[in-house]
Order: sequence, then C-alpha cells, then structure tokens
Amino acid sequence: MMKKTMMAAAMVLGAGAVMAEPQAEVLHWWTSGSEAKSVQVLMDEFSGRGGTWTDMPVAGGGGDAAMTALRARVLSGNAPAAVQLKGPAIQEWYDEGVLANINDVAVANNWDALLPEAIANHMKCDGEYCAAPVNVHRINWIWGNAQVLADANIQMPTTWAEFNAAAEKLQGMGITPLGHGGQSWQDATIFESIAVGLGGAEFYRAAFIDLDEAALTSETMVAVFDQFRTLRGFVDDDFSGRDWNLATAMVMNGEAAFQIMGDWAKGEFMAAGLEPGKDFLCAPTPGGGYLYNVDSFAMFNVEGQDKLDGQNLLAELIMGPNFQEVFNLNKGSIPARLDVALDSFDYCARRSGYDMDVASGNGTLLPSYAHGMALRGAQAGAITDTVTAFFNSDMSSADAVTALALAVKNSM
Amino acid sequence: MEWLQKHMPKMVLAPSFMAILLFVYGFIAWTAYISFTRSRLLPKYEIEGIIQYERLAQSPRWDVAMTNLAIFGILFIVISMVLGLLLAILLDQKIRTEGALRTIYLYPMALSFIVTGTAWKWILNPGLGIELVIQGMGWESFEFNWLTDPNMAIYTVVIAGVWQASGFVMALFLAGLRSVDQEIIRAAMVEGVSTPRIYRSIIIPSMAPIFMSAFIVLSHLAIKSFDLVIALTGGGPGYATDLPATYMYTMAFSRGDLGQAASSATVMMMVVMAIIVPYLYSELRSRHDG
Repeated sequence: MMKKTMMAAAMVLGAGAVMAEPQAEVLHWWTSGSEAKSVQVLMDEFSGRGGTWTDMPVAGGGGDAAMTALRARVLSGNAPAAVQLKGPAIQEWYDEGVLANINDVAVANNWDALLPEAIANHMKCDGEYCAAPVNVHRINWIWGNAQVLADANIQMPTTWAEFNAAAEKLQGMGITPLGHGGQSWQDATIFESIAVGLGGAEFYRAAFIDLDEAALTSETMVAVFDQFRTLRGFVDDDFSGRDWNLATAMVMNGEAAFQIMGDWAKGEFMAAGLEPGKDFLCAPTPGGGYLYNVDSFAMFNVEGQDKLDGQNLLAELIMGPNFQEVFNLNKGSIPARLDVALDSFDYCARRSGYDMDVASGNGTLLPSYAHGMALRGAQAGAITDTVTAFFNSDMSSADAVTALALAVKNSM
Repeated sequence: MEWLQKHMPKMVLAPSFMAILLFVYGFIAWTAYISFTRSRLLPKYEIEGIIQYERLAQSPRWDVAMTNLAIFGILFIVISMVLGLLLAILLDQKIRTEGALRTIYLYPMALSFIVTGTAWKWILNPGLGIELVIQGMGWESFEFNWLTDPNMAIYTVVIAGVWQASGFVMALFLAGLRSVDQEIIRAAMVEGVSTPRIYRSIIIPSMAPIFMSAFIVLSHLAIKSFDLVIALTGGGPGYATDLPATYMYTMAFSRGDLGQAASSATVMMMVVMAIIVPYLYSELRSRHDG
C-alpha cells in the first residue's frame, strides 16, 4: 500500500519534470510466494532507476490466462511493454508483427558474449534481440532419496540400463522406484529425458526441433518408447492426475526412490528443510544431455519516448548481474548469464551451471520440447498427446511411432 | 403518445435484442468463419477451405473426445432420468419427511461442478477413497480403480454427473407428478386399478412434456460439460476422458491453434442443433395445431 502511494506520488512529481520518466507495463504470471518475491527485486531496481512500473500479474493455468489477456491487449492495439514469454512463442508473436527491437541495449551490454549461443538465439527475431532471458531451468534432472538409495546400496544411475536394474531392486524391497504424477506434461518431461539420454543430441534435434519424419519413426524412437513403457512398470498404481509436488513428497518421505523433474523440484526439497547432497541427491537423467527451459520477457511495440525508455531500461536490468543472481537464488534456477558467480548457490545449481557450460561447448545444450522451448504449441501438443496416450494404454512402441508421425503431420 | 405506446415494447427490447444478435449469433458466425481459416495464435481472415475439419477428422484425440461425449451423454441422460423418476415416484407416496428428503436430493445441484468433481476425485481415488476404506475393512482384494483406468475413467465422470443432476431431475418429475389431474387418478383408484398400473398407464404418459424438458436440460449439460472433467480427471489418464469442450479449450488457449478450436466448436454446435432443432420444430408445430 505504502509502495503504491509512493509510486503514485512519484508519478505526479514526474509529470512536472522536464525529462520523461521511463515507464513499463509488465505482464507476467509469477504470483506465488517465491516467484512474487523474485519479481519484486526487479520492480525495486526499476523504480530505483527512476522508472514507473505498472504491474500486470495474471495468475492461472500456467500462463494460459495471461496469454488470453495478452491476445486481447494486442488485438486492441495496446500491448504491454514486456511480457513473460518463452521459446518459439516469442517467434510466434514476432510473426504477428507486434514485437519490438531491443538490439541497441543488447549490443551496448554485450549480450552475445554473456549468453550461451543456443539461448541467445531464442531471444532473437531475425537476428536482432527482441527478448531478454531471466533464468535457465534444467529439465532432465533425476532426484533421489539419499537414505533409501544408501539402504539399497544404489548409486545414482548414469545409463538407463543401470536405472532399470536399480528400479527392479527397489521394487523387490517394496519401494516405488519412480515417483511420478500422471499429467501429460509430466509424462512428456520423462519422455524427452529418455529421448536425449538414449538417442543423443543429434537424434533429439532431428526429432523434436526439425520434426524429421525419419527420426520420428526411427528404431531409436522405438527404443525410447520401449524404455518409456518399462518406466510405466516402475510407478505406483495411483499415479494418475497426481501433481508433481506430491510426487516429490513421495521421494522426500521415502515412499519412492527417484523422481524425474525439472529443478523446481529442488525448491520443494529445500522448503522441507532437506539438504542437497545429504538428504536428497540430484543428477542429470541417465545418458546426459542438457535440456533447458529459459524464462524470458519479450518486448512488445509501444509508443512514446517514456515507454521506449522504460522498455530499454527494463531489458538492461533483466540481464543485469544483480537481478540474475537474486532472482535465481529465490527461484531455484540458474542465471542465463554465464559470468555470474554461482558461489552463493547450492550444489545442484552449481552442477547445473557447470553442465550448461560444458553442454554449450559440445553442442548438447538443447531446448526442452515438453516445456515449450523447442516447438510451437500445436506441434508440441501433438507429440505430448501421443506420448501420454502411449503411457496410459497398452499401445505398442511400433504403433506409437506411427501415431507420433501422423500426429505431428496433422498439427501443421 | 399513442405512437409511443405502440412502439414502447419494441424500443425496450431493442437493446437486448441487438446485444443477443451480436454477442451470440454474431460470434457464432465469427467462429464458423474462423473454422475455415488457418488461424493460429491470432485470427486470420483468409479462407482456406475445410482443412481444419480434415485435421479434426484425423485427430485421434478428437475421436476419443467424441466417443466419450456419446458414452457420457447417453449414460448421463438415461441414468439421471431413470433415477430421477424413481426418486420422484418414491417421494410422491405422501411420506411425512418429504420436504427434508426433497431438499437433501436437490442439494447437489446447488454445488458447482468443480466441487462435485473434486469431491469425487478423492472418493474414487484408489489410494484415498472407497478402495482404501473397503480394503481397510478387511476385504483385501477389493478393487475399484476406475479413476486411474483409461478404459473406465469416463464412467467415473458419469457417476459424478448423475450424482449431481438426478436430484434436479427428481424435482422436475415431482412437479410433473403433482400436476397430473387428481380426478383421473381417483377415478382409476375407485375402479380398483393398481398403483404401479396407474403410474404406468396414466401418470407417466401424461408427463411427456416434462420428459422432453428434462432431456433438453440434461443434454445441453452433457454437451457443454467441461468443469466436471477438469476437476475430476483433468482429461486424464492421458486424454482418456477428454470431451469436445476440453478439446476446444486446449486448442484455443493452451496450444495457440484457433482454427482447430473453432472447427471443434462448430461441430459441437451442430451436435446441439441436431438435438434442439427437431424439438423446436415439434414445439412450434404443436402450437400451430392448437
């Protein structure tokens, strides 16, 4: 309340000043506790530099509600300055001709050198920056209950064969090997982790970025579905519809041994007072590769010098080292900038940062399809439909690859 | 003054008439138009033919959604009507606590489908609800896992839907039973006709219009049902309990595929029309006859 009053006062005072104040309206759906705190950091920095921030939080539906609001705003010719968007959705909006160019800010602040190339490319529209990255989530993590694994004398698996052997051993001890929630995006998360682990980066790129029909129907894809089918046997009977954090809780209290989930699961463990490396273990999913989900703000066309100033200032601050560090400490992800020291981060985040560096060098830094980084909504949705239908039925792997290729073709 | 009196009703009705024309029929026309375009994230207006309907026909998920609508629609309507009629007849036996019982049966209708769905999700969850309770009572091998079985999950939606709607149908039928001319019933009783026979031959046939209203109300509830599925199963396991309405929502709001959403909405509307038009036709005709 106090804050709002002060902002209103600043606005009144600012109106009398000669210089126009930077202004920005920001549409996002970071409304839950730690997320809201993270956004507050950016707000404070923005007003600290004399800007006026108009907050437009739209909660609900994992961003669906925000996208509906955005559509209405864009159609009425009154888009917010910055919108929380990611991956190919940025290009989709660019194709509609409504995104702004922030290349000047990016060049002035040397973004090309600060960002991994794969991630920088997501932020560019026709080679010029139109969005600013906030964080990097790694998707293909496998989390383990340290106590359970020690009792069973099992190491974190590094290949899927090792995982299967460990899972059978755990099953024999009466422990659910894999804590999993049967929601389509969680199915897809596991599926893509298997795909990159078994097939490698080349295969993953061909199948989930280029949608190459030969890759989609290849023997490798059949093997991926086979492994996915094997995992179906390692989840408990009541997995349908379970939320991801309940699956994490199963790992926490020893009911389940492993969970395959992005690094937001770490937040759940930490919130329960558990320590990484001691109470719970984190490792890349078997077979490796680095699947990322990068949250970012896309900049929309605005009119008026004050709003343009606001937009540029916002872009600069989002990529600023201070915000990148504080925000990601709160959220559990790691900074998109490579030059932020990770000393104050926990073990898993440091591992994530190290792996990202390595993966960026050897070409295994890949966008997550399940989290909307690799494909547009219609194609990603078509793949997920097939994946979740396969997991929840007795479809054969051979039928699954045929269905997969058909679904992708039909989504074009 | 006379002119005003003559035209007043039209003037008063005009705004709402215009609003309905635009916001209901105008947008139906718009949606139908969009279904012939390749609109993705934002509407586009170049006509591209029936591509969206071809995609719909090839989509296995839409196939599941339509099959589910048939299963859910038929079972939901038939079971709700049978149960509702049965409850109404039982309540019609001049029992003392009728008022209280009527309220109890009608009460589920006061809940939103979200509440119904969430409650049944817990009741039917094998790890929390009925299955656990019965196993805890000693029947170890008892299984009731329809909610997590892709082939049976759609029937859990029927269960929850029937639980919610049958009380409402009961109230409709009860009103119908009471509106039958008591003289005829008494005359039949004097003749010594048995009670079941009175219901079968006199009361139920004279309630035909009530059956029609109940059918119309239930069928539109079935076709547009969305929140019940979202709360109960979230469309899962997989997409095993998807209905046309949830399909449409996913395409329009999660996947940025407006054209596909518009074509599915148009098909849904045609299903509704296939049910409503014959009804309207018979209604209007019988009024002309009378």
